[in-house]
Amino acid sequence: MADDILRAQLPNGLTVQLKEIHTAPLISHWVWYRVGSRYEQTGKRGISHWVEHMQFKGTPRFPPGTPDKAIARTGGSWNAFTHMDWTTYFETLPADHLTLALEIESDRMINSLFDPKEVEAERTVILSELAGNLNEPLFLLSDAVQKASFEQHPYRNEVIGTPEDLQTIQRDDLFDHYRRYYHPANALVTIAGDFDAGQVLRQIEDWYGSLPPGQPAENPTSPEPPVPEERHLAVSGPGETVYMQIAYRSPAAADPDFFALTVVDSLLAGPTSLNMFGGGGISNKTSRLYHALVEKELAVGVSGGMQATCDPFLYDLTITLRPDRQPDEVLAVVDDEIKRLQDTLVSEQEIQRAIKQARAMFAYGSENITNQAFWLGFAEMFAEYQWFSRYLERLAQITPADVLRAAQRWLPSGQRVVGVFYPLNGAQP
Amino acid sequence: MINWRLSHSLHALPGADDIQRIELANGITLLMRCNPFSPSVVMSGYFPAGSQYDPPEKLGLAYLTALALMRGTQRRTFQQIFDTLETAGASLGFAGSVHTVSFGGRCLVEDLPMLLELLGEVLTQPAFPPDQVERLRVQHLTSLAIRAQDTAEMASLVFDETLFDNHPYGKPEDGYPHTIQNIRHEDMLDFHHRYYSPAGMVLAVVGGIEPAQVADWVNHHLGGWQNQTNLPEVDFPSLKPPKEDIRRHVSIDGKSQCDLVVGTFGPRRADPDFFPAIVGNNILGQLGMMGRIGEIIREQYGLAYYAAANLVASTAAGSWEVSAGVDPQNLQRAIDLIRNEIAYFTSEPVAEEELADSKANLIGRLPLALESNAGVAGALLNIERYGLGLDYYRRYPSIIENVSREDVLETARRYLNSGGMVIVSAGPDGGNAA
Repeated sequence: MADDILRAQLPNGLTVQLKEIHTAPLISHWVWYRVGSRYEQTGKRGISHWVEHMQFKGTPRFPPGTPDKAIARTGGSWNAFTHMDWTTYFETLPADHLTLALEIESDRMINSLFDPKEVEAERTVILSELAGNLNEPLFLLSDAVQKASFEQHPYRNEVIGTPEDLQTIQRDDLFDHYRRYYHPANALVTIAGDFDAGQVLRQIEDWYGSLPPGQPAENPTSPEPPVPEERHLAVSGPGETVYMQIAYRSPAAADPDFFALTVVDSLLAGPTSLNMFGGGGISNKTSRLYHALVEKELAVGVSGGMQATCDPFLYDLTITLRPDRQPDEVLAVVDDEIKRLQDTLVSEQEIQRAIKQARAMFAYGSENITNQAFWLGFAEMFAEYQWFSRYLERLAQITPADVLRAAQRWLPSGQRVVGVFYPLNGAQP
Repeated sequence: MINWRLSHSLHALPGADDIQRIELANGITLLMRCNPFSPSVVMSGYFPAGSQYDPPEKLGLAYLTALALMRGTQRRTFQQIFDTLETAGASLGFAGSVHTVSFGGRCLVEDLPMLLELLGEVLTQPAFPPDQVERLRVQHLTSLAIRAQDTAEMASLVFDETLFDNHPYGKPEDGYPHTIQNIRHEDMLDFHHRYYSPAGMVLAVVGGIEPAQVADWVNHHLGGWQNQTNLPEVDFPSLKPPKEDIRRHVSIDGKSQCDLVVGTFGPRRADPDFFPAIVGNNILGQLGMMGRIGEIIREQYGLAYYAAANLVASTAAGSWEVSAGVDPQNLQRAIDLIRNEIAYFTSEPVAEEELADSKANLIGRLPLALESNAGVAGALLNIERYGLGLDYYRRYPSIIENVSREDVLETARRYLNSGGMVIVSAGPDGGNAA
């Protein structure tokens, strides 16, 4: 048991990771599938997310609505997420109800119905979810920036899909996608909480062991290099505020440079919390860009975004402009700050500060069983659990020279996309 | 210093035997609970300096004053304050509501003295530096401009304005652009001087630290604060439900979705029928996939991504609301379906099974809600704010168990059948808009 984790693989290919945590009488059970928008083709964009919705629409054993009720009765919570690289389902329950999670998830791994009537009702629900997203200026801007940042790679598409594809995807398309990716050999079960790992492994064998194996998903794509030249774009929509987003190609999470760029992000825009549940973030008011943009009254806010992904994705800076400022003058200041990181070694003290911030965020996230079980699986989707358990150690190895080199390699102005959202209601600067 | 109990879980819900409650000589009430498993601490609290004291032409003064506390003190600049916090990976923030200003912070255990020192300093020696106040004003005006374009926020805001007409709850505590423009630097100094006092302040500290140590530090950093204030009486007029439906539409062009709020008054937090109301509301629009409302609007008709019922039970009044995000074309249909569900909810008792499910859910979710330091700190403040008693969370299961189907029906009728409804939508103008 490295890192106090029990790791096992069943004969049908299902991988299992268990972590005992006895701080509260709770368990959190997650099933991870290696499928998401990264696995989708043109014409079927949004299909992984739609399949996720259909997983709540019943099996012969659990007609629609019955698992909701069973979970509600325990006081627990459950949900699911579709990402670019993965799709995951979780239940966090009082510890004595673990069996309910095993029963529901092992059942819907292969027995979901995809009733045509439910498929049609869900089409409207997802189009309504998309409509809600399209109300948001930052969704419109990010979507345009992502599309301009990738020519081919599916990371150019939003996980929710496009209105055109969501209108044309049919029941059998969804069912085929489900059959192809939902089986033990393409799945990972992670559980954290108040239980005996050996005992729970036997229960997992009982519930999941008899499911037929399938073929693990093949890697659907290969990394795409950064854009060959600087690209500028503008989008507009309802709103009263100008936003700017600057996106650079980021290293994949398994790339050693991910940690150096994490320090760059922390210095530039404040630390990004990777905790999905609990913890909360740390403000960024002493970051370099806050000084240069907000303190100098060019912007009202700035944030940086790093995501742990399988393939190189995007490191983005999102800036909310002051109404009286121009995008060009803001971009010039951002360039100055990035150049400073590329030209001048940062102090050891600044790196130590970034490490302490990460240590605090890890401590906050560890209070929450759901977040612990999330990490047990999330890290496996792009690397392995040690990526998470040795995160602070890896960060501590970063030197000022690493930071300088990462800023030079990953933030070249000639290989980025700069997008601006102009509000239709407000004055265009 | 800490009695580590690693061999078994901290299973019990908070109660009189593990919550420490102390009243400081200057009027601060301190609540603490040790979580020996946690390497961090959460500190949160409130004091009675909310927007109820705002002059109408300066609505947002209490809110902006609270936010400006962190912008500089007589000893530290804005940058020095945040350098202290961010270097430790800690946080501290303030927010305003109608009755109180609330605050919250967290840090690693080793940094709690720093956090308490900073809390004491910003509360007692804020400088409200004019340049920082101006920057805060511009940032706040930007957030109000974003709010004006947010369909969910605008539907909720206009719902409160309409339901709580001529009542402090009908006025947004973060103000309007024209009232924010009226607030001067001196107004903040004056507001702070008049209303900020240790009397009535409540502070909860939860995490991997012994209460006796916390009490020493709180005494050291906040025990010396003295400021006698005479808080004026605020008129919270009695409220009458609307005689007939009131329909409002906030036109926000170019949006793809409408947000909708339908509702009326609900119980106050301290009313005895608060408990039948939460058991019933759970059935109406929370349980599982958002209860009966979610079942009809989302599951059966596929009209919305979200549709749920909520109780907002506060000190002086409460509301009972159903909200949904819908395609503008489906707006009227969603309103009709929601009205039908409410009519059914007030005509027939809920089924035994629904009642049992709702109770099991409300009782069963306590361990999850109280798992984190922040969850426990929130519970301690809840206990103090509404005078629930230190054993409230241990008594809670029996309180919920005692609610009957008849209690739920009577309560639902008392509030949801008493007159018309306020119906507010925000989004693009459609054929259904009022």
